[in-house]
Amino acid sequence: MEQPVLLEMRHIDKVFPGVRALSNVDFTLRAGEIHSLMGENGAGKSTLVKVLTGVYQRDGGTISLLGKRISPKTPKEAQEAGISTVYQEVNLCKNLTVAENIFIGREPRKHGFIDWATINKRAAELLDSLGVHIDVTKTLDHYSVAVQQMIAIARAIDIEAKILILDEPTSSLDEQETQQLFRIIRMLQKQGLGIIFISHFLEQIYELCDHITVLRNGELVGAYEVEKLPRLELIAKMVGKDLNAVKHMDDFAEKSVPQEEVFLEADHIGEVGQLADVALKLHKGEVVGFAGLLGSGRTETAEILFGAHQPTKGQLKVKGKPVQFGSPMGAMRERIAFCPEDRKTAGIIGDLSVRENIILAMQAKDGMFHHIPYSKQVEIADKYIDLLKIKVSDRDQLIKNLSGGNQQKAIIARWLATKPELLILDEPTRGIDVGTKTEIQKMAIELAKKQGMAVVFISSEMDEMTRTCSKLMVMRDRRKVAELTGDEVNSENVMRAIAGGASS
Amino acid sequence: MRGVKKLANDMIASPYFSFGVTVLLFAVLYGTGVAMYKGFLRPQVFFNLFIDNAALIIVTVGITFTLIIVGIDLSVGAVLALSCMVLAWLLANTAVPVWAAVAVVLLMGIVIGAAQGYIITKFDLQPFIITLAGMFFCRGMTAVISRDTIQITNETFTAIASYRIPIGDLGFVSVGAVLALIVLAIAAVVLGFTKFGRAVFAIGGSESSAALMGLPVFRTKVIVYTISGFCSALGGVAYALIMLTGYNLHGLGMEMDAIASSVIGGTLLTGGVAFIPGALFGVLIQGVILTFISFQGTLSAWWTKIVVGALLCVFIVMQALITEQKARLSKKSSMGEPPEKAKPGLAG
Repeated sequence: MEQPVLLEMRHIDKVFPGVRALSNVDFTLRAGEIHSLMGENGAGKSTLVKVLTGVYQRDGGTISLLGKRISPKTPKEAQEAGISTVYQEVNLCKNLTVAENIFIGREPRKHGFIDWATINKRAAELLDSLGVHIDVTKTLDHYSVAVQQMIAIARAIDIEAKILILDEPTSSLDEQETQQLFRIIRMLQKQGLGIIFISHFLEQIYELCDHITVLRNGELVGAYEVEKLPRLELIAKMVGKDLNAVKHMDDFAEKSVPQEEVFLEADHIGEVGQLADVALKLHKGEVVGFAGLLGSGRTETAEILFGAHQPTKGQLKVKGKPVQFGSPMGAMRERIAFCPEDRKTAGIIGDLSVRENIILAMQAKDGMFHHIPYSKQVEIADKYIDLLKIKVSDRDQLIKNLSGGNQQKAIIARWLATKPELLILDEPTRGIDVGTKTEIQKMAIELAKKQGMAVVFISSEMDEMTRTCSKLMVMRDRRKVAELTGDEVNSENVMRAIAGGASS
Repeated sequence: MRGVKKLANDMIASPYFSFGVTVLLFAVLYGTGVAMYKGFLRPQVFFNLFIDNAALIIVTVGITFTLIIVGIDLSVGAVLALSCMVLAWLLANTAVPVWAAVAVVLLMGIVIGAAQGYIITKFDLQPFIITLAGMFFCRGMTAVISRDTIQITNETFTAIASYRIPIGDLGFVSVGAVLALIVLAIAAVVLGFTKFGRAVFAIGGSESSAALMGLPVFRTKVIVYTISGFCSALGGVAYALIMLTGYNLHGLGMEMDAIASSVIGGTLLTGGVAFIPGALFGVLIQGVILTFISFQGTLSAWWTKIVVGALLCVFIVMQALITEQKARLSKKSSMGEPPEKAKPGLAG
């Protein structure tokens, strides 16, 4: 029997300055349905949710709840209409008690004053019904994130919610906690709530949800029943490739051929809560790609390789010798360089010149008080400006005045100046023009070929990865699930690996 | 052993732990005073703490509201001085009755507080800077009204100032002290038992969460600064009852005394945690130290500042340790079992 439609969003448009975040998106949610919103980063999932919850105002389209038009302008209005949200970052107040967090803003009162006894009693009953047995009179900061999440859900459903939105609720929970959460979600489903579940864990989506709506680049790809959408097809829809078209696009310039010598080996490394298990060998002269959806553990792996995080299990070996970096400085001493993902915040120092930005890492490596003569600085800066074809008016131009692509090159130059043997590039081509993208891809291959450097290349764009890398490590749910080399490196195989063995 | 450790953990985690320490410290200081000086035992010594510090208590209550929402109000001392001055000027130069003069002063405090709160909230500015501006403005205005001391000679006002409210046979308190106690009681009820008060705490815990939970953040923040402005003006009236003058340098640095009292009383500068009776004891501790010094007779009054400075340090470090301990405890909590059983690792 078809359940009644709870929520209908039709032709939703949302424009931010310069970006069309949502364009003509439809979304339908029925009562008693657990519906997942899927899409890569920037696909518009969270924008759609924020339009629904009144955090953003839509620029076009209609929203109807139980057949009635609504236009929530604030989260409060959305709540009053029956739309509750539990965010990834628990949005409660840690200094208040558990009971108060559930009831604040709508406290029962007696003689005009807040009736604490009733609040505590009702909160305890509510949490008991969810299978959470805790002391509700203690402040929230007594409890772990998992418990806080349950409390957030308790609050959300007690506001007579018709729709419950769960935004990445499991990202900081362990397996057992996740299962308890699922149990509660299913219970709420039976009570007829419409549930929107957002997660980057494919396994969980397939375990829990019955419908999936896929978004890509702010547009609707389609809405599907879970049983009728094999994982492989879902991935293809998310990354926007037709499976058949995929097979013919992977021929590009010659790739670098790996040398025999292993530069770095990761022997089943992992970090509690961040990374489950990765075993990996990086050969010299090899361009290795880390593939996987956002949140699959790509960046976490790279950060461990660069010593920004310490593995809590497993062992890193450089040239066969066990190492412990302790900090990025330790990794730098082993000649490892890392260009971070977000160059604006973690990379460039805007008010310094291109020259100063380039010599920065070298300076750090040599010690802050070791003076590098100006003439030497000029020489190094010029060498790399030339080598990487960085377009500058002169080497003392402020780096913030360069285009994104040239900033990225300057950061790569910074790390090349330290003469690394392993260069890690995390999303080096994000937000830069196509021409420069190709240049950076070629540069990665050249560095591996000519200088025998090991290069790790991380990108969300699959074409770029299959074109550039001679080896691909595919990750899913924080662990390595496949390693592709040689001819196996193509988009179809990657998607298959991300989707898991369960489908064909 | 198990029980003791759990008890210790529960105690540290209790929101009243800091308050308990403050009260204990007050008792120890007072006890030492009683042991050392015969006069200390007289009840009037205790009542005098309230009489002498009425203004500071009222101002501390106001500033505590702003500290809860991770704000601050540096203008309290200056608003207090301005209030004294306006009151004195009105009583000296016009024929307005006392109640009207007081009403004018209180209204002025409300307007100053509301204006500061509105600017801070509307433009999302640093409360530190805006209230610093307010402080300069009010202090300047005070000097503009008069650079000399204005004596209050109004008969009604002086009568109120010298009125003694007997407490049985034990002694007496002043009108100002009663005023301070009333303010304390109202503040405690407002913060503990009204929607507004709980919204104040929620904003202190996390402003963005409070907004997402649908609480009226803007309105609440403006009202908080308005309350602080009102309390400063009322503190000014209480101060005038003691000093019977309007003077440009009244209440100089009082904002710092108020912050210190509030913090010693258990207010967290990271926001969201405060206990009004604690703020009272924060003031009383400063008062006891001063009383000590006056009994001792040779020490300079500046020793109060030295002791308060040391205490502040101790309390801030203690708060940091508590926060750390709580974070450790929360990691071990789980939802499956009641909390007693859920922390087996702690009791080992």
